[in-house]
Parts: sequence; structure tokens; C-alpha cells
Amino acid sequence: MSQESNTAPAPKRGVPLWAQIIVWVGLLGLLGLLAGGLVKAKNPILTVGSSVPDFTLPLFTGYEYNNGLEVKLSDLSGKVVVVNFWASWCQPCASEAADVEAAWNSYQESGKVVFLGVDYVDTEPEAREYMSRFKLSYPNGPDMGTRISQIFNRNLGVPETYVIDQQGILRYTQIGPFQSVAEIQAIIDPILAGR
Amino acid sequence: MKTKNICLLILSLVLISAILIPTLAVSAQQPTPSDDEVNAIARQLYCPVCENTPLDVCPTTACHQWRELIRQMLAEGKSEAEIKQYFVDYYGARVLSEPPTSGINWLVYVVPPLAFLAGVYLLLRAFQTWKRAAKNTAPGTELSGLPVPGLVTGAPPSIEAARPALDDKYVERLEEELKKRK
Repeated sequence: MSQESNTAPAPKRGVPLWAQIIVWVGLLGLLGLLAGGLVKAKNPILTVGSSVPDFTLPLFTGYEYNNGLEVKLSDLSGKVVVVNFWASWCQPCASEAADVEAAWNSYQESGKVVFLGVDYVDTEPEAREYMSRFKLSYPNGPDMGTRISQIFNRNLGVPETYVIDQQGILRYTQIGPFQSVAEIQAIIDPILAGR
Repeated sequence: MKTKNICLLILSLVLISAILIPTLAVSAQQPTPSDDEVNAIARQLYCPVCENTPLDVCPTTACHQWRELIRQMLAEGKSEAEIKQYFVDYYGARVLSEPPTSGINWLVYVVPPLAFLAGVYLLLRAFQTWKRAAKNTAPGTELSGLPVPGLVTGAPPSIEAARPALDDKYVERLEEELKKRK
């Protein structure tokens, strides 16, 4: 009897190789995705000195730029671009709105600086009321699907302003509101002067 | 008497008017979507600027504006799907409480059921292995005549039944070693 039990074939054990490969590849893939997400979350803000990816801002009705209803960043090459994120529900945005408009007015005639107002996660009626209240005359449009804000800062808060130089390089990041027109000009003027 | 009747008639007319006019005015208005109707859609959406806050319970001014927008769109006759699509277009797919089954999002729907099925499969295999091991152990125990603690194998083996096991080399060796220890 004991010999019989010794010679009996051992039962098949363990998971088949193909299943093991699938499981390990799947696990490694998920870990890769997780790692990618963590790296993105660690560096959410576009850094100063880096090239700004191209984007298109659709404009609110009543606004236009060069007879167009949208503005493409790549079309503004050779100009300093000031991208200002705001929202009608944001109190600090209201505190800087008049200064931003005044700064735009001071550069508009030169044609060397373009201001873009990007309305971040807002409702259109309230956004219109906000633009009307502060008489915003520079091109303004909604951040559709938060695609533009995610280029600059994946954890965007408002107001935030990004200044891009003539070569499309990010030169300055302002988190929070500006306190005066002079403060805005002090940032733009050196970039205009090529410094 | 006649004057009294006229006064009563006028009074009755005034009373009837007072009751009917507001009712007629209300029925003439466009139906305003109720809070429940608005919240039925709002709870399927998340506040685009707050962390993990459903839109129906979000207390911020922005969320109030969004709920009013839903009410306005409902009043305009927009469907639930159209309203949700508007929110996705404006604020991105992250506002949806259930991510759409497109792009990388499909992993959310595929990975948990797959992990569950894999777990069930592994458990079944483990049970089968344990069952087989128990089957293999039980007959050996009966033959050897040595009781295994905690294992009930029916009636205790008789001396005759245990006799062949005494020939087993392993048992002999075990007994020898036990004797040596004594």
C-alpha cells in the first residue's frame, strides 16, 4: 500500500503560466499608471522657463481678436501674452479686475502685448455680468473642459496669471491677485525690453 | 333689502375673485423645476472646484450658481443627458460622479470585477487543493493506525487493521528512534 502511495502521480498544482504572465503584466501596467499620476500630481505647475504648449481660447460672444472668434496662442508669436484666469464667484479676482483692464489699456496701442482672460469653471450669465461690471475689453473666453488651466496648473485656483514672452516661453507666474497696475507693468516691461 | 342683496353679491364676487385670481395666476406661469428635480441631476455631478463634493450638497456660491443653471436649463426643456453633457463640455469629465466608459476610464469598470473574479478563482483552487490534501491524508491515517489530532476518521482502527502498518519501514524507524530516546 505504501509503495502505491509513493508511486501515485502528484496532482497538478499552481496557476498556469499564461495566467501568471497576464496577472503580472496587468499589475505592472496599473503600477505604471499610478506612478505616472503621482509624478503629474507632484509637479502640477508649468515651470518658468519652459515652453508653453499651444492652446485655443474660444471667445465669449461680443469679444473678438483680429476679427476671429477664438485666439490661438501660436498665432501670438512675437507678442508678450498675459493669460489671466478668473471666475465670477472669485472675490480676489474682482479686486484685481480693474487693474488688469487698466494694464491692458496701457499696452493695447503698442500692439506688443496681448491680454487673454480665461474664465475658469464659471456659469456664463454670471461671467457676463462680471465682464460687464469691470468693462473688460481684452479678449475673454471660457476655459472649456478646463483644458487651458490644466496646461498651466492642474491644481489651479483663481486668480492666477501667466506671462509668456515673445518666443512662447513662460516668464512669470502670479498666484493670487495683483495689487496695482504698476505691479503688472513691472513684470511686463522687462520682458518687452528683452531682459 | 335690495341694496343689501346687491352688497352681498358684490362681497361674494370679491371673495371668489380673491380666491380664484392667485390660482389662475400660478397656473398661467411656466412650471419652475423644483429643488428635487434640480438635485436629482446635481447629485450626479461634482463641484468642479471643490474636493469630492457632490453638487447637490455643495454650499459654495459657485455651486449655487451651477444648481440655478441646472434649474434654468430644465425650465428651457433640456434633458438630463443634455445638461450633463453641457457640464462635461464646460468643466471636463471630472464633474461626473460616474466616469464615462472612454479612454483610460474603462479601467475603473474592468479592473475591480476582474480582480474579484481572480480572487474567486484563487479561492476555488485553494479549496480544491486543501480538499485533495485532506483526502490523501485520511486513508494514510487509517492504514498507519496512528490517530491524527483533530481529524475524525470514524471508528478507531482495530489491531488487525493496524497490523500491516507495523510493517511499514517508516513506522519501524520511528519506533526505533523513540526507543533510543527512552
